[in-house]
Amino acid sequence: MDAIGTVLVAMIAGALRVSTPFLFVSLGECLTERSGRINLGNEGVLVLGAMVAYATSYHTGSPWIGVLVAAVAGALLGSLHGAVCSLARVNDVAMGIAIMLAGTGIAFFFGKPYVQPEAPHLPALPLGFWSGTPSVRSALEVSPLFFVGLAAAVALHWFFRSTRIGLRVRIVGDSADAARALGLGIDRIRLLATAAGSGLAGIGGAFLSLSYPGSWNEGLSSGQGLMAVALVVFARWNPLHCITAALIFGAAGALGPSLQTVGVTKGYYLFYAAPYVVTLVILAATVRPGRSLRGMPGELSIGR
Amino acid sequence: MSSAAQVQGQATSSPATAATDRFYPARWALESVVGPLAALLLSAIGFSVFLLVLGKSPTDFFALMWKGAFASTFSLDNTLQRAAPLLLTALCVAVPAQLGLVIIGGEGAVVLGGLAATVIALPLNGAWPPLVQVAMAIAGAAAGAGWIAITGLLRARRGINETVASLVLAYIGIALFNHLVEGPLRDPASLNKPSTYGIGDANMLGPLPGTDLHPGLAVGVVACILCWVLISRTSLGFSMRVTGGNLRAAQLQGLPVQRLIILACLIGGGCAGLAGMIEVAAVHGRANASLIAGYGYAGILIAFLSRQNPLAIIPMSVLLGGIGAAGGLLQRRMDLPDATVQVLEGFIFVAILASETMQGRIAWFQPRARG
Repeated sequence: MDAIGTVLVAMIAGALRVSTPFLFVSLGECLTERSGRINLGNEGVLVLGAMVAYATSYHTGSPWIGVLVAAVAGALLGSLHGAVCSLARVNDVAMGIAIMLAGTGIAFFFGKPYVQPEAPHLPALPLGFWSGTPSVRSALEVSPLFFVGLAAAVALHWFFRSTRIGLRVRIVGDSADAARALGLGIDRIRLLATAAGSGLAGIGGAFLSLSYPGSWNEGLSSGQGLMAVALVVFARWNPLHCITAALIFGAAGALGPSLQTVGVTKGYYLFYAAPYVVTLVILAATVRPGRSLRGMPGELSIGR
Repeated sequence: MSSAAQVQGQATSSPATAATDRFYPARWALESVVGPLAALLLSAIGFSVFLLVLGKSPTDFFALMWKGAFASTFSLDNTLQRAAPLLLTALCVAVPAQLGLVIIGGEGAVVLGGLAATVIALPLNGAWPPLVQVAMAIAGAAAGAGWIAITGLLRARRGINETVASLVLAYIGIALFNHLVEGPLRDPASLNKPSTYGIGDANMLGPLPGTDLHPGLAVGVVACILCWVLISRTSLGFSMRVTGGNLRAAQLQGLPVQRLIILACLIGGGCAGLAGMIEVAAVHGRANASLIAGYGYAGILIAFLSRQNPLAIIPMSVLLGGIGAAGGLLQRRMDLPDATVQVLEGFIFVAILASETMQGRIAWFQPRARG
């Protein structure tokens, strides 16, 4: 019982920490994909966001300005993807990988001097104040960015469902023909959706360097930006489900380290792979030949 | 798969209107060379501006880059060694792309191919080395082929998108690799960096006879040529290109589309698995995290830069290998961070991918009514 309790607490703690970047990146990817494009470049955006946030926090002393600048940097990189993909015959999947490389390259290039210095971190909310157990207290030290992410998910859901611009994004994502008939600027809307989505991903990067793990180095991201594509499939392109997806993927990633706390050191890589297997099963179970996944935007190149 | 036309390489599909215009094939070939070259030049100019802003000399930079990549035997060896795995991982993208498939999970096939090659070599230790090496190559290629074929099966039988499936499978493959290398297959002596037992020095692939060249280079170049022949000179390759060009037409012709998809994935995955085997047999001598080096992802870009033409993969891989090889020299001589080459690669990729849009837009390159 004691061991199970320890693992559970460690897992919840891990999930709360690890899921935040997943949440932001998957929300960003969700927004981009709902407009009909896929952006694999969010991996690069994440790393660039982490570096920019850390450097800004170091120079200004305010981590929140760092978060803001990371969002702007992400949006800039995202708009490069959006702009180039607006040209005819440019493949968005390949462009995403180019952006991924360029983003990490730029981040490592300018980030060299910031590996050593210590930058002010984001504060954490002590939600475990009611508990006497130190492990529970430290487990419930939740970053405010987690709640920002929750709010962003709800806001994005509302945006898609109830706003005029959200409807336009959905139209552009579901049928370019319909959008053209309505006189909507398809490329402009997709560019803005990609830029905004990458802005969200940039905030996810800021979390990595300013909250958890909480430092800047070149091994900071473990591929969360690419995984976002799987998360969005898992969430069926629904921003609210992105929260669940982020928590599940986060918990699966946290299982390994938390099992280590009770002495289990083997086999956790398989748990780590579990959410991917589930994603694959979801894909296999819900797609039939000639019919695409429910909730998938019709214009998405990966949906055909 | 209606995005097929976008993915399908122009270079492998023969010009249709050539009959009326004698010089069109030549102009068409010229276009597919001039486009990427112009994009390269543009990215070099863009990067020079970047360097000037940072107060570094672009002429020094490119001179050093030439020196570090191609000027001496040593640097050329380094370049070709880096190019070798890329040749094979790019084929993992380019072959399925003939059918309009975008496979981005080559990384999983590389690591599992490397692992399978190591596993088969362990019990064979002490046998005649060439035999062990052949067994390793077969095991590596089979593991990679099997892994990518899962994606092909899911695509062909269930209509699951191959891009997402291959990406997810790459993560599963890497997790499986980590699990096996850090668990059941781990050599207890490898403390800091969990590894499997070594394949034994006798079983390592040496340089190509009479040279210092990386053995993977020969394998890669041969594989590229074979794939090119398959795609552009055989009826099988023609069926693949028909399927990629127009799925409905292929089905109406009675082409075995599902089997073609799986076959293309088997070939591509086999190449990527072979890349993993060669990395183990020629460089690392054992399977460990060094195999997860991003060769699979670099291969995707090279395939797109080559417009999915297996022959064009050869110069593109050498170019990228050269840029990577020059990194060390640039770092020492110009005091630039090691990520500089990555930034340059980013510039090049964006420029070349964007240049795709110019294809077919310049009138001079287009077929004329009468030749």
